[in-house]
Formats: sequence, structure tokens, C-alpha cells
Amino acid sequence: MTALVEASELAVGYGGPPVLTDVTFSVDPGERVAVLGPNGGGKTTLFRALLGELRPTAGTLAVQGRAASVPQTERSRLDFPVSALDVALMGTIPARAWWRRPRRADRAAARAALARVGLEDRAERGYGELSGGQRQRVLIARALVQDTRVLLLDEPFTGLDAPSAERLEALLAELAGEGRAILIATHDLEQARRWDRVLCLNGRQLAFGDPAAVLTPEVLGATYGAAIVTLPGEDAAGPHHAILPPHHHHHDHAPPR
Amino acid sequence: MSAATAAPALATSALHALTDPFAQTLMQRALLEVLLLAAVGGTLGCWIVLGGLSYGAESLAHGMFPGLVLAALAGVPLLLGGAAGILVAALAVGVATRSGRSGLGRPGRIGRDDATAVVVTTLFGLGALLALSPAAPLGVQTLLFGDVLGTTPGDLLAGAALVAAVLVALWLAHPRLLAAGFDRPAARGLGISPALVDALLLTLLALAVLVAVQGLGNLLAVAVLVAPAAAARLLTRRLAPMMALAVLLGALAGLGGLYLSYYASVAAGAAIALLLVGVYLVARVVAASGIRKGPAVPAG
Repeated sequence: MTALVEASELAVGYGGPPVLTDVTFSVDPGERVAVLGPNGGGKTTLFRALLGELRPTAGTLAVQGRAASVPQTERSRLDFPVSALDVALMGTIPARAWWRRPRRADRAAARAALARVGLEDRAERGYGELSGGQRQRVLIARALVQDTRVLLLDEPFTGLDAPSAERLEALLAELAGEGRAILIATHDLEQARRWDRVLCLNGRQLAFGDPAAVLTPEVLGATYGAAIVTLPGEDAAGPHHAILPPHHHHHDHAPPR
Repeated sequence: MSAATAAPALATSALHALTDPFAQTLMQRALLEVLLLAAVGGTLGCWIVLGGLSYGAESLAHGMFPGLVLAALAGVPLLLGGAAGILVAALAVGVATRSGRSGLGRPGRIGRDDATAVVVTTLFGLGALLALSPAAPLGVQTLLFGDVLGTTPGDLLAGAALVAAVLVALWLAHPRLLAAGFDRPAARGLGISPALVDALLLTLLALAVLVAVQGLGNLLAVAVLVAPAAAARLLTRRLAPMMALAVLLGALAGLGGLYLSYYASVAAGAAIALLLVGVYLVARVVAASGIRKGPAVPAG
């Protein structure tokens, strides 16, 4: 089986010294990878490198085809006059020459992607009128339209209620089952435990591997520093950990507008 | 006159009142010019309003003033002087906003606006200084408030060519403008350069301002680029209807302004600008009254 994503001794930065170094991991088809780390720890930087927006300053990074990203929903403008279909249709832009307008086949692909995420009946709805979970699925549809096998999701569960989160979790499992590689930036350790691999970043790669092997107090402590706490209660998997506070400063993102 | 003939007679005289003004070539040209402005203002205006570029539009219109005055003094076409003026204004604003803060840090919104205000005021003052010199052949008010009734066939031709260029560019760039406006950081992941999109919009804005200044003058040009789109924004939920409504509102205000100018003997440009603003105010009242639903309120 060929890996869809392969990083080796990767370092990435923004012109100055690299902000993320020593990254070595690979993702096979069908794998969901939890990308853990504090804000500013390099999750967004890694995603931008995977998208080809940043070039490695050292090491190598190989992505089969091109990656498609699902950004945080709160970064897109809710007051923008677009429908769910308009947003999904944006996914057809990379495959089309700049002078071409969307064609019937493009619209059909966008509708099919919306149907894939269970939103075929919401295609004409305004993006801003949808619920947070629905907006997240519209953005996933936009990524699916790009016909890529590598999906990057930036904290997709933030702000979702329990039913929406369950629905999204099931959708991600389905998409992985179809042979995609899915990297998910998250702060939720319980979720990370259920997925196939965990990648811990804080300026450099601290760990990569099976959840059971990676999600230890030592690794989490190194990844999150003092923000990690041990919760009372213990089960077969060991003690429970959580990240405190659930921070969302977004200092590694563009400022919201 | 019997009651049976009064109604048709009234209709006929009303029809005459509507068509009479446009029996004159001068008014016909003015009408075409106004429709051109409505087309470019309504479409590009939507991107200006959605992208928060209204201040940039106003800055460009005012900053090009010395170029217009110099063109009038030198006897070259105003369009040429305006184009040169816009280039100088854009460069000056660019330099001022860059030097405001050095290094990699992006200039803050406040600092940028301050720098722009200083540059634009300086340029505008320079233009006024030149325009008020004894050598100035042309009335300043023509440059400031435009002369839509003085539209020449040449003006119309040049205006139509510029408007056509802007509309074609908007049509072709539409998907990318939409994606970049919707989510700027994510646009890069779709192979779109937000900086290129900005540059395109500003270039088109400069072209549109050139056309608008010709008809409405330096001070009023921005009205047609902002007011109809801002009004349509309040009454629609999708971009295509928003653009269509903005063009329609712009055309109605332009037409109304020409009637006002004909029957009330007021300055056509000023009448159009006031009606444009009036249309926006009416749209606000309509949107607030809930007759038409405005932009979607984000769901939780």
C-alpha cells in the first residue's frame, strides 16, 4: 500500500527560522490522523505545507495528488450572499482554466458532493442560514468536489452539538473507508483515541503513532505543557486526560473579519 | 372635455411628459451615459460593498482630481488625465500606507486609512489649487460635479468600451472573486491568489471611477459605485439578484435625476447622486420594516 502523505525530516517556516521542524510521518489510505498540539504549535503550518502553500525549508514532503482543506467554519463570512451550492461549486475552481465559467458537469459534481454529505435538500439555502454542523459539511462537500484523496480538517468539531458531532464523525469514517487519508486538527483527546494515528506537534514533532502508544501523560505533557490535566477515573486505556483551558486564541490564523 | 375622454388624454399627456425630455439628442446621450454608469456601478458596486472597498473607491475618485485639472489645463481628454491621476493617486496611497509601518507586520486598518486620508486630501488640495488658477479654462464645478448633459459621442464610446471591459472581467473572474470574498485564507487552498484578486478589483475600480467621473464628476462618482449596491444588499440574499437589483436601482435613479433636471432645472449630476442616496435610504426603511428579508441572519 502506498502512503498518500509522506513527510521526512520536514521543516517549514515563513521566511524566518522554521516554525515547525523534525516532522516525519506517513499516512496510508483509509487512515484518520488526529493532529494534536497547542495553538501556534504548527498544526496550521503543517496543513499549509500539505496544501503546497509553504515550501519545505528542509526535508521532504510528498502528497499523492493534491490535498483539499476544510477550514474552520467561523472563518468564512456568514453574511456573504452565497448558497450551499455556491460554496460547494467553489471546489471546482482548481480543475478549471481561469477563463472558463462553471459548466453543467461542475454543478452536477457540486450537487453530488452535497448529497454525499447529506445536504442535497439544502443546496439552495443560504450558507449563513445553515447550522454549524451543516456549514461544516458544506465545506467538506467543497473539498470532496476537488476529487482529492487527502483531506485536511481544521478543528471541525468546534462548536458542534452532540448530534452534529456524531454525524460528522460517521461521515469522516465513511470517507476514510473509501480510501482517503484524513488529517484532523483537534483538541479532543477522547476523539483522537478512536482514530488510527496521532501526530503531536509543538514547534516540532513530539510523537507519531497509534493512539495507545502516543497518548501518554509524558507525550501530552510535552505537547501541551501545563495545560494538560489528569481527570479522576480510570479505565482499560489508562487515566483520562483533558486539555485545559480549551483555548481558541487563533494566533496562528488570519484575524477574523 | 367629457369624463370618457379625460382619462386617455391624461395618459397621453403623462406619456408626453415622460418622453418629451428625450426628444433632444443631448438628453438621449445623457440617458445612455446614465445607463452605462448603472451597469458598471451596479455590478462592480456589489464587490465594492461586499469587500469593504467603499473608502478606496472614494479615495481614488478624489485623488485623481489633479490629473483631471491638468488635463483640462493642457486641453487633453479628461479620460487621459483621469487615468494618469488615478495612477499617481494609487501609487501615492500605496507608498504612504507602506511607509506607515515597516517590516513584515501588516499595517493596521486605522494607520492605513489615516495615510490614505492624508494623501488624498493633499492631492485634492493640489487639484483645487490648479483649478482655481487664472489660467484654468474650465469651470471647476464641471470637474467636481460632472456634466452628464454635456456627454459627447466620444465620451459615450470611451465609456462604453471601459464598461464593457469591466463587465467582461467581472464575468470571467466571478467564481474566484466569490471564493476569495467568502473565505480569503481558504481561497489559497483553491489555487486562488487573494492578492491577485485584490489587484484585479482595484484595477476595475479605477476603470469604473474613470467612467463615473466623466458623468458625475469627482465628488459624486462614488455615489453610483456604492449606493445602488448597498441598497440591493439590504434587499437580496444572493449575488445575482443583488447585482440585477443594483443595476435596476442605479438606472432608475439616473433616469429620475434626468427628469428632475429637465423639469425642475436642477443640476443633473447632483439630482442623480441625491436620488441614489435616496434609493439607499428607502431600501433601509424597506429592509427594516421586514417587507423584504435582508441578508440572512447567521443561524446558531
